Amino acid sequence: MKANHGTLLAKQRRAGWAYLMPGTLLITIMSFIPIINAVITSLKTGSSDNMQWAEPLFYNYTRILKDQLFQRSMVNTFLYLIIEVPIMLILAMLLAQLLNNHDLKFKGFFRTCVFLPCATSLVSYSLIFKSLFATEGLINTVLVKLGILETNYNFLGNPTSAKVIIIALIWRWTGYNMVFFLAGLQNIDYSVYEAAKIDGASGWQTFWKITVPLLRPTIVMTAIMSINGTLQLFDESVNLTNGGPANSTITMSHYIYNNSFGQGVANFGYASAMSFIIFVMVAVLSFINMKVGDKRD
Amino acid sequence: MEAPAKTGKANHSTIQRRLIPAYIFLIIVSFISVFPLLWMISASTNTSLEVARGKIMFGTYALENFQKLVSQQNLWGAMKNSAIYAVVQTVASLFICSLAGFGFELYHDKGKDRLFGILLLAMMVPQVATMVPLFKMMSQLGFLNTVWGFILPSLATPFLIMMFRQNSRNFPLDLMQAARIDGLSEIGIFFRMYVPIMKSTYAAAAVITFMNAWNAYLWPKVVLNKAEAQTMPMLIANLSAGYSIDYGVLMMGVLFCSIPTMIVFFVLQKQFAEGITGAVK
Repeated sequence: MKANHGTLLAKQRRAGWAYLMPGTLLITIMSFIPIINAVITSLKTGSSDNMQWAEPLFYNYTRILKDQLFQRSMVNTFLYLIIEVPIMLILAMLLAQLLNNHDLKFKGFFRTCVFLPCATSLVSYSLIFKSLFATEGLINTVLVKLGILETNYNFLGNPTSAKVIIIALIWRWTGYNMVFFLAGLQNIDYSVYEAAKIDGASGWQTFWKITVPLLRPTIVMTAIMSINGTLQLFDESVNLTNGGPANSTITMSHYIYNNSFGQGVANFGYASAMSFIIFVMVAVLSFINMKVGDKRD
Repeated sequence: MEAPAKTGKANHSTIQRRLIPAYIFLIIVSFISVFPLLWMISASTNTSLEVARGKIMFGTYALENFQKLVSQQNLWGAMKNSAIYAVVQTVASLFICSLAGFGFELYHDKGKDRLFGILLLAMMVPQVATMVPLFKMMSQLGFLNTVWGFILPSLATPFLIMMFRQNSRNFPLDLMQAARIDGLSEIGIFFRMYVPIMKSTYAAAAVITFMNAWNAYLWPKVVLNKAEAQTMPMLIANLSAGYSIDYGVLMMGVLFCSIPTMIVFFVLQKQFAEGITGAVK
């Protein structure tokens, strides 16, 4: 009887391992091995079929230090990151708190509206914005009619306004993050909010004193996803401005793509070195994020 | 009896009055979110010139835009490709990731918990970093321009496995034991009990995976370099690549690219919200 029980348990344990094997193998082959390969490739030079060890070994990395275009793409990406992520996450939390209010009507309608941009592709959304902000486009027509602009302005042809439009576009993710915050709030006992209301706390106080602290685990998760996503910004840069004018809005991922698959060059070694830098940035920022998220406990 | 009812009503209207700023804020945010999409639909019914002149109202040029789109681009081919890639990826990915989540949570021991921690690290691996090695791998395997090349890199994601693992926490373990005593096999427990009970998590995961697969752009651009294999996002990106852009036709293409994900979202909206709520605990 006891032996039988033992084999049953062993059978169960084997079943457990068997279930997680396909996923584990796929992640290993499709993420872990390629990132190791990328590190090895980053130490090589030459075209795709004919690569040799770089001489000196860290040639591609020293090249990054001198590459002004890569540095510009890095500054751009971080600019988008620093402006976008905090505003977006605070706005998403604010929306979530408003929509979690039991007295509010039309909740479902508002929630659907805010999430809807996420249901369209980034490429679609970029092209809609490109058309709206074209020199001959709706925004220009309205601004000229209102007398704010004298003549049509080429928003996407000016580095500053083009960057502002890219940042506005990333706003598309607000609804996505809001869904996670809303879900987090629904797991918080609503009586906490009613107690705060009885104590006379304002909406703003409730937000900073109750919502933000209670949502901390969700904030850490959404912050990691947003930082990760923004550091890899590609679709917007390609489809809205194509990195232009004169590469002034290009992102790191876009520049790496151009070096490996675009523009007729297949500089895999250099592209891998640059992508490894992004990997390190993502890892460091995620680590800081988790540490900060834990500390305030 | 009458007095409390009256105060109740008064309370109600003061509550609603206090919410007016919230309503105004939500209306503005909703308008900003939805306006570009509504404008896209109306622009797809206007000529390029009307769009450029800032016409907002719906026009009568929809059919012509559609005919131009079909004659310029392989619209049905791209719709079919995108649909196949997205559906295959969603079905396969949900199966693999839910099975893993099921194994990690309901059969958990120290070793599995540690392995899960390692898998989570894959969340930090950016797509651009693995793009070159994966491209080489796919071309060696002969998977360029195939559905395998498209789906393999994102079949198993730490995010989905984590979602299923976390949502499995509320799974009734005693029911599982009872089923075992009744003679249900281990894999039977997965198909007969786990899948039906976890419906809403599957719905949420399906919405996220389908949208990610349908909307993917960077990896398809790398792995699908033949025109016959291209997806909808690639097709609409091509429409806007030239010097003179026909905005009416472009927005018609964008509309076609957006319809499937919108349908999936609207159909599964309620379960999506429930599934995510289970995940964030």
